[in-house]
Amino acid sequence: MSTAPEKISARVPDDAGRFGEFGGRYVPETLVHALDQLEQEYEASCSDAAFQAELDELLKNYVGRPSPLYFAKRLTEKCGGAEIWFKREDLNHTGAHKINNTLGQALLTLRMGKKRVIAETGAGQHGVATATACAHFGLPCVVYMGEEDIRRQAPNVFSMKLMGAEVRPVTTGSRTLRDAINEAMRDWMASVEDTHYILGSVVGPHPFPRIVRDYQSVIGRETIEQCRTRLDRLPDLVIACVGGGSNAAGMFYPFVELEEVDLLGVEAGGRSDQPGDHASPLTYGSPGVLHGSFSYVMQDEDGQTSPVHSMSAGLDYPGVGPEHSYWKSTGRVNYTCCTDDVAMRAFDAVAQLEGILPALETSHAIAKAMEEASTRPSDQRIVVCLSGRGDKDANEVARLKGQKYG
Amino acid sequence: MSKIDELFQTLRSANRKALMPFITAGDPDLDFTTAVLKELVARGASMCEVGIPYSDPIADGPVIQASYTRALDNGVKLKSILETLAGVVPELSAPVVTMVSYAIIYRHGLEKYADELKSRGIAGMIVPDLPVEESPQLAKVCEARDLSLIQLVTPTTPQDRAKKITETSSGFLYYVSVAGITGERTELPPDLVDRVSWLREQTPLPVCIGFGISKPEHVKLLAPVADGLIVGSAIVRRMAAVDDKGHDATLQQIGDYVASLLTALD
Repeated sequence: MSTAPEKISARVPDDAGRFGEFGGRYVPETLVHALDQLEQEYEASCSDAAFQAELDELLKNYVGRPSPLYFAKRLTEKCGGAEIWFKREDLNHTGAHKINNTLGQALLTLRMGKKRVIAETGAGQHGVATATACAHFGLPCVVYMGEEDIRRQAPNVFSMKLMGAEVRPVTTGSRTLRDAINEAMRDWMASVEDTHYILGSVVGPHPFPRIVRDYQSVIGRETIEQCRTRLDRLPDLVIACVGGGSNAAGMFYPFVELEEVDLLGVEAGGRSDQPGDHASPLTYGSPGVLHGSFSYVMQDEDGQTSPVHSMSAGLDYPGVGPEHSYWKSTGRVNYTCCTDDVAMRAFDAVAQLEGILPALETSHAIAKAMEEASTRPSDQRIVVCLSGRGDKDANEVARLKGQKYG
Repeated sequence: MSKIDELFQTLRSANRKALMPFITAGDPDLDFTTAVLKELVARGASMCEVGIPYSDPIADGPVIQASYTRALDNGVKLKSILETLAGVVPELSAPVVTMVSYAIIYRHGLEKYADELKSRGIAGMIVPDLPVEESPQLAKVCEARDLSLIQLVTPTTPQDRAKKITETSSGFLYYVSVAGITGERTELPPDLVDRVSWLREQTPLPVCIGFGISKPEHVKLLAPVADGLIVGSAIVRRMAAVDDKGHDATLQQIGDYVASLLTALD
């Protein structure tokens, strides 16, 4: 495993969990001790060779890592410019990058002697990845999921149940990812002494944003290695979609010190740039506090969290990980957004030209890659984090297109 | 010396205990908030905690969540809450504190929020999502205005940490009776009395207990070891009936309930 670069911008967070001014730990006192314990055990696990060996073994033989780096030849030809390459996280066991994090945190659960796992999920990929890790280790698992997301990601709900997890519908608020996190936090308030909360994105109170980023950084490290061996040089541009931002953080973090590589995060532009029509806090939001962390958020003048929209459940979230806010503030990563319609066209293009159904979340990143490729010369290379597969979305895509499913 | 310091000095010298009801501002509307505050104090509440509705209250159970949601759905804004409190607080003989998420304070501006409380005669604030590590800046702002910033200690707080929290809290210490969210409990943890007794030996600050308290039996059990008791969900649940029972009957019922707890307190 490669070590983190020794420059300032990669040495975050600090001891208080700060990425520049962002991050921190804005949670009820009830949770502080558990977060301290998690931080200590995580630190200890980093220098525990047996722990790391067990995780590496699982990533190799259970998840199927390293995931391939694939040249999207026909998509490249269609765009008529720079080469488009996919980092195939969709080929991981469970079909997305989420498993990289859940296996690490499940091992931490065992290390801390905790007996039960809870998780939140939006698209259901983190829920499935948590249910999978819990089945593998024999841990009881409860997944909180908004009712709206249960509807639009039904295949993942059934998968979780098949693996023995209990899926608890969340009926408060917008019934999406944000509300699922609230409910998981409330469960944890009462169960914290014997339960670990496997948070699925680079959001929440310290140390979650760091732990999830570190476990996901295998994506970026492999990509660098694969580019160097197969392409003889680093890519010119790396693109990933950003909801909470875990696949993007894992992809970008190892590139942060490699300044010749441009980094682009793509948020959900939804229906329009009007409030309530999108889920793009880095593009349209402002700094504030949500779910235990100081970061960009969609909020009203009182600091109440605003409603957001995205056709993709995994990006339908009003906040974003604090490290993304830090990267935005330092200018290291550019952030933009992509509307539902444009993302859907990218979904269709990749299905028809490459024989790959990307997740709707991922389709936002691919859409921007197609735009960028068409404006860049053919000797440039763009790598897109193909964060998840779209089988889960087939039913919802049919509904959105007004077509019959089946 | 803040209004809360004065209150507890008076109570301690008379060997009496405080009853502190919690209500949600703006549930179902701000006129009712004014009426409930007057009723609570007229019935003998020593202090009132006013919850500022928040969209994502992770420390709150279903009753207070639903109350916050009703208030926000009815369009209540911080500005109108503060205006309402400015109208009623000077008439009350008991101090008022706000229970407010840091998300709201940060958005409003720390100094501006504190100035607005001060100018309306509000005694301080409880910020349930601001642990001591994140609180120094707000603590400084409060101290400069003689506002109390009340910190919380919970059953999951290790003893060393609890001592550190006692040093940073002002006004009183809020002891959370259970590891969990707000809401009425039938049974309170068996070691609660011992934990509070220990905490009270660590600090000259008054110690008040909240979360789960709803019955006269709870009050009888806990009053001897605490300086005050906080009752939230049991009152907010009664407030929620206002649309069915009407304004006056609901006020009467809340007043009678508080009176029953006060009888158990003395």
